[in-house]
Amino acid sequence: MGEPFSGPLPWWRDRRVLPWLMQGAVALVVLLLIAFLLGNLVRNLSAAGMLLSFRWLQQPAGFDVSETLLPFDAGLPYWRALVAGLVNTLRAVLVGLVGATALGTLVGLASFSSNALLRGLARAYVELIRNIPLLLQLVFWYFVVFLALPNGEAALQLPGVVLAKSGLFLAWFGEGLRWSGPTLVEGVWQAPLRLTVEFSALVTGLVVYTGAFISEVVRGGITAVPKGQWEAAASLGLGPLVTLRRIVLPQALRVIVPGLNTQYISLAKNSALAVAVGYTDLYSVAETTLNQTGRAVEVILILLGAYLVIDLAISALMGWFNRLVRIRER
Amino acid sequence: MARMRKLLSAASLLAALALVGCAPEEGGLQSQKLATLKGRGKLICGVDGKLPGFSFVAPDGQYSGLDVDVCKAVAAATLGDPTKVDYRDLNSSERFAALASGEVDLLSRNTTVTLSRDAAGGNGLSFAPPVFYDGQGVMVPVASGIKGLKDLAGKPICVETGTTTELNLADRMREIAAAYTPLKFQTGDQTYAAYLQGRCVAVTSDRSQLAGKRTNFPDPAAHTLLPEVLSKEPLAPATVNADPAWSDAVRWTVYALMQAEELGITQANIDTKLAEAKAKTNLADLRRFLGVEGEFGKQLGLAPDFVVKAVKAVGNYGEIFERNVGTGSKLKLERGLNRQWQQGGLIYSPPFR
Repeated sequence: MGEPFSGPLPWWRDRRVLPWLMQGAVALVVLLLIAFLLGNLVRNLSAAGMLLSFRWLQQPAGFDVSETLLPFDAGLPYWRALVAGLVNTLRAVLVGLVGATALGTLVGLASFSSNALLRGLARAYVELIRNIPLLLQLVFWYFVVFLALPNGEAALQLPGVVLAKSGLFLAWFGEGLRWSGPTLVEGVWQAPLRLTVEFSALVTGLVVYTGAFISEVVRGGITAVPKGQWEAAASLGLGPLVTLRRIVLPQALRVIVPGLNTQYISLAKNSALAVAVGYTDLYSVAETTLNQTGRAVEVILILLGAYLVIDLAISALMGWFNRLVRIRER
Repeated sequence: MARMRKLLSAASLLAALALVGCAPEEGGLQSQKLATLKGRGKLICGVDGKLPGFSFVAPDGQYSGLDVDVCKAVAAATLGDPTKVDYRDLNSSERFAALASGEVDLLSRNTTVTLSRDAAGGNGLSFAPPVFYDGQGVMVPVASGIKGLKDLAGKPICVETGTTTELNLADRMREIAAAYTPLKFQTGDQTYAAYLQGRCVAVTSDRSQLAGKRTNFPDPAAHTLLPEVLSKEPLAPATVNADPAWSDAVRWTVYALMQAEELGITQANIDTKLAEAKAKTNLADLRRFLGVEGEFGKQLGLAPDFVVKAVKAVGNYGEIFERNVGTGSKLKLERGLNRQWQQGGLIYSPPFR
């Protein structure tokens, strides 16, 4: 029997070095693979005379973009057109997120209702909506619902809201910040706030579709709170609404938020289906740009980048919110 | 789903560019595409598929139309059989990606020849001769009372995205300083559905396409074309720049259809003409054209009698025009610019020499 080994440990057996070494090797392989693919891409593009270039972004677009928040005309460069499209995408996504969250929460809560009819309706909504492809639903909302609306006097009129084929007219602060509703001027509706039917169809489709998934996330979160919590609250004499707000939801949120994040991200990505209903979002502008410039690779890279940034931003926000609502161990 | 297909073709273009190890071989005498085609035994032809007169699926499931006949003629010339074609329906924005990625061999889909589509630094296509000289028009409901472009100021206009139409519309409306709202759709179906539902007061496209789509409207007589012609739209089949030998084969097959009309060779009399050419050695022009003598077919990488096969399959250019879009068809279009050059038209085949 020899002496037990007592000298310094050789580096290839050092637990502090080995994991770094292994991970370094894996990272190297991945980087090499990426470099190989990128190298090939650049080599083949240059062979085809299509070297990556973004100078075309400065050239005049030559096409029009409808319903922009920023002023745009065909004489402005491509990058302005893409920005206008991005703003349109963000507008639809933001409104969609708010609407889907509200609808999803309400339906999620409704599935706990003591009213059997309400419970049944909530179940039917979820099962119907989440099992039909979103694209079909968007086409349905646009062509079957919104484009079937009448125009002029025959339009659907509710207090402060008019639904017509020419758009959605809402009461809002008009000139001089005076609250004013939609009015009919020579057979054409006017209102301080007008949404196009394309925007309305897209947002309705996204809200109804994502709302179904969010309601399941909410239901799951609430179910995850032990029944004893409800019973304990009830024995303290708290009503159901107070129990929900003060006891159950704070505990449910830590389960709900991560699931919500996923749904928010899908909503942002699904907004690219806007092109099916004639809404000029980023994808639609990018597609026109791609066709006019022939810069397929560059345009797709821009698209990839833009959607990645939008989704990472949503994730970051939700991550921050998640830290806010998590249970702090004391 | 159209969108899925487009993503796929865009992705496969990226993947193909990223993964192909070496650049395409130096174009020798033999075209790589022709070799692939013969190995596969089928021509994959990209068409619109929903445009009466140009490419349309009849109730019996068969494709027909002017663009389809070009596919058939090329299949007959290259493979000897006009039925050996796989048709792929492409919308206007996915067509170039599908061609560039090799998903289709030939694009015969009422595509306008433009500089940026032809240029190597643009879409990098190679165009065959135009098979239909068209112009952009605007269709409105008769009841709307709209008489000209100026009346469209401030109104929504439906247009298909990814087309030259979209740009021409923007140009013309800027010229007359009329603000308007373009409503862009990805497919013709959506564009015309939105127009018919009354979302826009006008729809703009090539005049032939408007006439073709109108035949499928519930009440065709309720829609009319504005007198203005917004642009020149020479519609031509296209291949990729990368395989010049294949492009030549397509180009000269199309020319052969035009030359056949000029020479009075029809689907009906091709056999007698061929017999005549074989019998009379003094008809050198005809003998070369029909491949009885000379090496035209071989020079293109095709069979010697490729012209005979193409004309037998679909007839000459005039017959194709009449059958699909001419005054005898549903579309009832005049030959106009599409007459032979001797009659004052633009159809002109270079000599087969």
